[in-house]
Amino acid sequence: MADKTNDHGVGAYLEPRFDTGSEGGPLKIASVKASRRQFIKGVIASGAAVSGAGVLFGGLSGCAPDRAGVGGVERMLMLRVNGAMRTVDVLPNETLAMTLRYKLNLTGTKLGCDRGECGACTVLVDDVATYSCSTLTHSVRDKAITTIEGLESADGQLHPVQQAMIDELGPQCGFCTPGQVMSAVALLKVNPRPTRDEARLALSGNLCRCGAYDHYLNSVMRAAGTA
Amino acid sequence: MSKDMMPAFELYQPDTVDGAIELLSDAGEGGWALAGGNDSLDWFKDRIKRPSVVVDLAGLDELKGIREASDGGVEIGALTTLTAVETSPLITERYGVLAAAARRVASPQIRNSGTIGGNLCQDARCWYYRYGLDCYRAGGNSCYADSPAGQNREHCLWGADRCVAVSPSDTAPAMVVLDARMVIRNASGEREVPAEQFFIGPDVDIERMTALERGDVLTSIRIPAEWSGATFYFEKVADRNTWDFPLVNVAAAMFVQGGNIERIRMAAGAVQAVPRRLSVVEQVVTGQPKNEATAALAGQSAVRGATPLNFNHFKIPLLQNLVTRAIRDA
Repeated sequence: MADKTNDHGVGAYLEPRFDTGSEGGPLKIASVKASRRQFIKGVIASGAAVSGAGVLFGGLSGCAPDRAGVGGVERMLMLRVNGAMRTVDVLPNETLAMTLRYKLNLTGTKLGCDRGECGACTVLVDDVATYSCSTLTHSVRDKAITTIEGLESADGQLHPVQQAMIDELGPQCGFCTPGQVMSAVALLKVNPRPTRDEARLALSGNLCRCGAYDHYLNSVMRAAGTA
Repeated sequence: MSKDMMPAFELYQPDTVDGAIELLSDAGEGGWALAGGNDSLDWFKDRIKRPSVVVDLAGLDELKGIREASDGGVEIGALTTLTAVETSPLITERYGVLAAAARRVASPQIRNSGTIGGNLCQDARCWYYRYGLDCYRAGGNSCYADSPAGQNREHCLWGADRCVAVSPSDTAPAMVVLDARMVIRNASGEREVPAEQFFIGPDVDIERMTALERGDVLTSIRIPAEWSGATFYFEKVADRNTWDFPLVNVAAAMFVQGGNIERIRMAAGAVQAVPRRLSVVEQVVTGQPKNEATAALAGQSAVRGATPLNFNHFKIPLLQNLVTRAIRDA
């Protein structure tokens, strides 16, 4: 249904008046008027139904808007994820971690604290390590997103960091591993031959409750120069 | 753990600063300016702040980047990331104290998306306030931290006025030391506020930490040439080296000639609601030899008048030691 508003064109600010009686139900656009605010990228109601196979903590409640809203961003996005363009319906208040896990089924990205304090949700945004739990998906609409699923090559060969994690028995329980790998990959992109201290600093935004930090560092040092 | 998303809001992504200001003005009380989002989204997820309109500033390219100013100083766009600040050659070569401060903020990922403007405009970290209690800062009429059972290990040594929260920023003391100017824009124009006046305590307004008012946007920070290339010192002590806010941090800029401290500016964070300019230290050490004795005197004078709460006495010797080291080791 978001496609309908696409017809009005992204880039124009529209001031629709909605029949907002039914939450999550169909919305009727009573009048649509293009206005002076050309700087706003688009508009669509945030009261429309949720799309995507959303399996959330405690059910779908999280991804369903709790009230109908009017105005703001175009909800249908083209996101560049792992080199592919993916069309996805994204709520204004949706974090990148939510979109990746529950709309795009990229569940390799983990949610630990959901507060930017553990690093399990680390992904690359334009090759920069970023907490996807603390990033609105709409804020990265024009960026290239890389998740753990996007690291292996087309022929199925693991990324050198992934292979090194196996060779060095990097993870213990494994929950924080995707985040640790993404931080290591981001480091090696800008610093292919880091010192152990540089690697330690680069991975310092990723907690490991098993305390496998040294094993992770061994893995990064093994992968250094081959990534 | 069961949890869901933050409550709904309308999201706008303006391309121009004027557009952002207009949107924020229109939104009034329900408006919220979003920069890096590291703090904002936590507020929303916790349901403590519930804006109806969020204005995402991420698309304002005019507020990004670091450039040389005509007076020989630099101007930093408010949306420049902390990572960009800490790695910028202009900053590392001329204003090392700011680079050092930015490098100690939170974690690498937070520095990658967190902005210098966001770091300077941070709200108080007092956990009673963050928990959503009806404390003075939240518009209520109690302080839970400064009560007989209140946990106030992280709270202030100076400037308590109903609220005892501290300035949590690492870059703020560096900005005070560099005599930076905050450039603020709103619908009626632009104004420049010195860093020292930008940060405000509960005695001025208990519900905000900065001079920013509704409809204001911090657009850039101008650092004058005056302290360019000075001798700098920055040190932060926190419980963990990553993520944690400072228990105390100190920043200093000084010019040393023939072994004597000719000029100096010094500030400490996390001891007051504003970055505390250490004027007494500056007066005591100016013109003095930069040696152990002067450093010790500086440390002693830094803590004069400190009024600890029940659980933060340790901050007094901590501040004293950091100031001593700043003079001795800078």
